[in-house]
Amino acid sequence: MAEVKTKGEVVLNRVAIVAVVVALIVMLTPIYWIASTAFKPRSLATTVPPTVMFEPTLTPFAKLFTKRSQLRQPVEEDVYEAAPWWEKLIYDDGEQVVKNRKTGAITSSGYWDRYKNSLIVSIISTFLAVSMGTLTAYGFSRFKVKGEQDWLFFILSTRMLPPVVVAIPMFLMYRTVGLHDTHLGLIILYTAFNLSFAVWIMKGFVDEIPREYEEAALVDGYTRLQAFWKIVLPEALTGIAATAVFCFIIAWNEYAFALMMTSRNAQTAPPYIPSQVGSGLPDWSVIAAGAFLFLLPVAIFTFLLRNHLLRGMSFGAIRK
Amino acid sequence: MARIELQNITKRYGGTRALKDLSLTVEDGEFFVLLGRTGAGKTTTLRVVAGLEKPDEGRVFIGDSDVTSWTAAERDVALVLQQYSLYPRLTVRGNLEFPLRPKVRNMNEDEIRRRVDRAAKTLQITHLLDRKVERLSGGEMQRVSIGRAIVRDPRVFLMDEPLSALDAKLREALRVELKKLHQDLGATFLFVTHDQVEAMSMGDKIGVLRSGRLVQVGTPSEIYERPHNTFVARSVGTPPMNLIEGRLDGESARLGSFVLPVSSPANSEQKVTFGVRPENIVIQSGAPAEARVFDIEDQGVIKILALDMGDTRLHATVPAGTHVNRDEVVRFGWKPERVLSFDPETGRNLAL
Repeated sequence: MAEVKTKGEVVLNRVAIVAVVVALIVMLTPIYWIASTAFKPRSLATTVPPTVMFEPTLTPFAKLFTKRSQLRQPVEEDVYEAAPWWEKLIYDDGEQVVKNRKTGAITSSGYWDRYKNSLIVSIISTFLAVSMGTLTAYGFSRFKVKGEQDWLFFILSTRMLPPVVVAIPMFLMYRTVGLHDTHLGLIILYTAFNLSFAVWIMKGFVDEIPREYEEAALVDGYTRLQAFWKIVLPEALTGIAATAVFCFIIAWNEYAFALMMTSRNAQTAPPYIPSQVGSGLPDWSVIAAGAFLFLLPVAIFTFLLRNHLLRGMSFGAIRK
Repeated sequence: MARIELQNITKRYGGTRALKDLSLTVEDGEFFVLLGRTGAGKTTTLRVVAGLEKPDEGRVFIGDSDVTSWTAAERDVALVLQQYSLYPRLTVRGNLEFPLRPKVRNMNEDEIRRRVDRAAKTLQITHLLDRKVERLSGGEMQRVSIGRAIVRDPRVFLMDEPLSALDAKLREALRVELKKLHQDLGATFLFVTHDQVEAMSMGDKIGVLRSGRLVQVGTPSEIYERPHNTFVARSVGTPPMNLIEGRLDGESARLGSFVLPVSSPANSEQKVTFGVRPENIVIQSGAPAEARVFDIEDQGVIKILALDMGDTRLHATVPAGTHVNRDEVVRFGWKPERVLSFDPETGRNLAL
């Protein structure tokens, strides 16, 4: 049924819509900028004022995934003809490439490996933090824990100083035990600082689930673990989704530790992208391409979980 | 089916003792109602029987076995709660199947289907089986909750105020249905409520609970007619029993300046609290006592009068045909054989 609105409400409504549109423009412009630059040829990337209408190209992406050595002579005709489409994009852009006898003219860059590292580390650490956090929160929520408040405060206190403060001692410890530049090292690190966060958010959600649900299951002949699995987990899904998104974002975007604790094998994408700025003249459209691809997983992950998030973001206010 | 026995149960929460040395027996097939106010320990008692709480002291027996150390799953009891015991993600059928699905029961699909259908038929919810729980009314939900309990044929049914969230009409209807269900199943019911009407109308036996102690156990008429103390006396009956301070002197009760007869004489004069139910007060011209009508509540069949006798407010139920007006001064007496006397200090019934 349509509600009858007063004149004041109509005006207020319009003001609200305008405010939302303005806020959206402010927030989305940088993202649009990155996304559009990622598809611009090098010559248009730095024009002032920025070019709005242009023919999109995949050249920045081709460059992003390749490593090239530059030479003064133009590329030979037969080499050009034999090259795959993405190499042609690079030649077309005026990049001149030396022919390396062993590996070919163009070799792959480190980006895809870094990206894979980011995915591995973020997904595994998110999974660990959320699952351990949920179990811990369940324990605190349902059982009498001696010194519960002190424990919870202790858990939270691990987040009270910026992680970078402990970076140097961590670095030394990691080097000693051989966790430096390993996936496992980063996974442990990210899990550890996401865990306190996961425990606190999940506790709010689990507290909201009436314990009568589980108790009915216990009386019906289920064990505590089965009751948790069949009753609590489905009810907590909203909270789990919200927590997972937050943990994933934090792990995915983490820069300082990734820079310090990894060098070759386990380096993630965040420290890699700026490292490209430093080598030679920065090619802004390539950097934008790297940043654009880097934005995607979080966007996709959030999009997939959006139905859960709509209810979950209100932090534990599930329907009674 | 089985009897329930609690022996000297004490349960503490932090510093407070929720149950104090509570002993209680529910016979096989009995409908036992625990009546008490909020915080009296009713729910705790139920949870101790169900195995959801471990008592600090005392033992719990179900049937012939000492189940004190058993888990809730092992005790084979069914629990119906005021709300929340249905899973919102499942259909009615899913909810009814849920108690039959634990691995320990190892029940085949045909048997599950047969039992769910039978329970649904008993409770007349067959047409709801495929509906989501969220789309049920309160009464339907509670019916499904009861269904969840009966599909399993448990040894004991435990019910924690299952009707108190429903509106008055529905409550009455389900009260009758629950009683019938009890008769049909012949099962042992332990039913907890704060509603004295529920207790009186449903219970084979009532246990009155007060701050963690069982004050009196008896049939509804025992509780109503022969309360052990003033607390029990005021726990049942609407309006509750009138308690009047006075003196017992031989065969007469002195209430201020009025003298009324009693049928249980005392040898020496003593201070007592007289207890008389509203229906045993008689409005009659020429009766020994006098009071002013403060309020009249016409309920159709009867009228409930609020009377002021000096500082004491009394209630009397009189036939609807009685003509009285507000602020009118009326003469009243009581039925001497129905008057109880209590110790004014301890509240104990002096006749027991």
